Amino acid sequence: MSLRLKDVRKSYVEQDGTRLPILGIPEFTLQTGEQVALVGESGGGKTTLLNVISGITTPDAGQVVIGNTDLTRLSEPARDRFRALKIGFIFQTFNLLPAFTALENVLLGMSFSGQKSDSKRAKDLLARVGLSHRLNHRPATLSVGEQQRVAVARSLVNRPALLLADEPTASIDAQHQATVLELIREACSEHNCALLLVTHSAEVAGQFQRVERLKDFNHPQ
Amino acid sequence: MNLVTIAWKSIRQRALASFLTALSVALGVTLMVSVLVVHGIVDRIFSQNASGYHLVVGAKGSPLQLVLNTIYHLSSPVENIPYVYYKELKANPRVLNAIPICMGDVTMEGNFRIIGTSPEFFEVDYHPDKKFRVRGHFLEDDFDAVIGAQVARTNGWNIGSTFKPAHGVADDDHVHDEVFTVVGVLAATGTPNDNGVYIHIDGFYQIAGHAKPIDEAVAKALAFEAVDTQKKKGEAPDKPAPAPAPPKEKHDDHAGHDHHGHHHHELPDEQKEVTAVLINAKHDTAAILLRANINEGPYAQAAIPFQEINWILNNVVGNVRTLLVIMTALILVVSGVGIFVSIYNSMADRRREIAVMRALGAQRGTVFAIIFLESILLCVGGGLFGVLLGHGMVVIAAPILEARSGLLIDPWAFETLELILLPALIAMASLVGIVPGMTAYRTDVAKALHA
Repeated sequence: MSLRLKDVRKSYVEQDGTRLPILGIPEFTLQTGEQVALVGESGGGKTTLLNVISGITTPDAGQVVIGNTDLTRLSEPARDRFRALKIGFIFQTFNLLPAFTALENVLLGMSFSGQKSDSKRAKDLLARVGLSHRLNHRPATLSVGEQQRVAVARSLVNRPALLLADEPTASIDAQHQATVLELIREACSEHNCALLLVTHSAEVAGQFQRVERLKDFNHPQ
Repeated sequence: MNLVTIAWKSIRQRALASFLTALSVALGVTLMVSVLVVHGIVDRIFSQNASGYHLVVGAKGSPLQLVLNTIYHLSSPVENIPYVYYKELKANPRVLNAIPICMGDVTMEGNFRIIGTSPEFFEVDYHPDKKFRVRGHFLEDDFDAVIGAQVARTNGWNIGSTFKPAHGVADDDHVHDEVFTVVGVLAATGTPNDNGVYIHIDGFYQIAGHAKPIDEAVAKALAFEAVDTQKKKGEAPDKPAPAPAPPKEKHDDHAGHDHHGHHHHELPDEQKEVTAVLINAKHDTAAILLRANINEGPYAQAAIPFQEINWILNNVVGNVRTLLVIMTALILVVSGVGIFVSIYNSMADRRREIAVMRALGAQRGTVFAIIFLESILLCVGGGLFGVLLGHGMVVIAAPILEARSGLLIDPWAFETLELILLPALIAMASLVGIVPGMTAYRTDVAKALHA
């Protein structure tokens, strides 16, 4: 499933009433199963871009087409449902829910998509990321690296067509960075899932065949 | 994972705050259940006993006190009426049963009231279609005693146990010499009868000091006869006439006698008095006419137990209950506010959590439902715990209440009003859950995720 942005514009209105343009993207595409590293400066609009792609934020104008679906034409509940089923999300700070075990955090993704909880798949995914022995541990008892691996498993549980990763290795040490990155990329390859990975790290970006600089295709006005 | 599980996990995550919040609801419900159960018990006990007899006849004064004293063994004893008056009532063609009740003594152990009565007392149903059942036998000889189930339990008395009555309902050092023997133990009735010690009326009159002093007795008897004569002539009754010279005294003092041998002391009727007479008329109309006749006379009054108890239930017990229910309802409302504050305050810390759920695909309605369910679970969980705790408190308090009031209490009696508690709690939880739920609903996902 491909991603295509067409004439996307997004701006925020500041407290003093002035308009602050963030995104101005004439065209951006991502092919099915393609893996792209997106680099850019802080405050450059990377996170806003991910939010627009995932439907968390609606653009002021333009189209966000994933497969054959234009997210901008969907109602909010339909966007939520689409996001649950088709888009995986990995956050820089993992954002695991502290009340739930590793297994439950993975199952949550299924619960919100309206699918029947498939415990076996969730366990398989956690085993795939090397956490079969930590299924019933809460995030507070997991190491940072383990937490990020749970987040990876959670993002893949609904077999998404597009995985959005917002600096997934920024919070973990160098030793685990490579492992987590490899894990994400391998999982995407296995599921033929497109990957858009935001990073500050030149080293991380260097591992991707296609690296996009936000300022090269984003021209906010 | 369903929404209830997700809500429950969130509650567990804030275990202490959740526990304290639910506990406040539980305590409110506990109070309310206690009030309802205890009131229900009191209501049933009073209503049940009130329907046993048409009338209670006793000395003029407060009809309520007469009923409370005679049937419920509560309140202080009332004045006595002449025995001859009782005999006249018994002979009245409108009367089906006239059962004398003599009070004034208690047991030394347990302070249970001793009631002198006739064997007929046990032949009349204590409640419609409910007859007294006894282990052993009912009153036959003068110094026989039949005891209520609670008396047997508390004092550890059984058939063959003996006791000496102590004078007065209030604490009094004077103990009579006469010895009574338990010949029957009543099966539990769930009424104040369970707390009664019933002795034969003939034995009661043989207790030292129970005979009315001869001067006073004769004066009262003559006065009664004078009124009776006037009544028969169709004249309005006057005040009792002054006492004439006393008749020859048969017996006036039992002090120092040994009553273990149970020799019979015949007492003239003039020296006998009864505290009250329980009346069952031949039919309802007869009861109404009889009551009117008695109340017109100068000596006695006839009270309708049902009416008196209804008055006390409606005007005293009912109002107290209403007040207590309102107070406990207010406590529940305060608990509801506590839940609101607890959940609402937690929302600030949970904005990110909610945003993550939304980012994972949870819809606004879903996160609203999760927060709303937390409120429901806390209220209903606390409420159910409160119901158990409330009945548990009544279990603990039952023996104390029984000892103090003489009422038999079934702590597991379930009040129908308790059924309203659950929907009321759900309604309260719904109100309480709306605002935090809306906060979750309105969460700006993009802002909260990157805050």
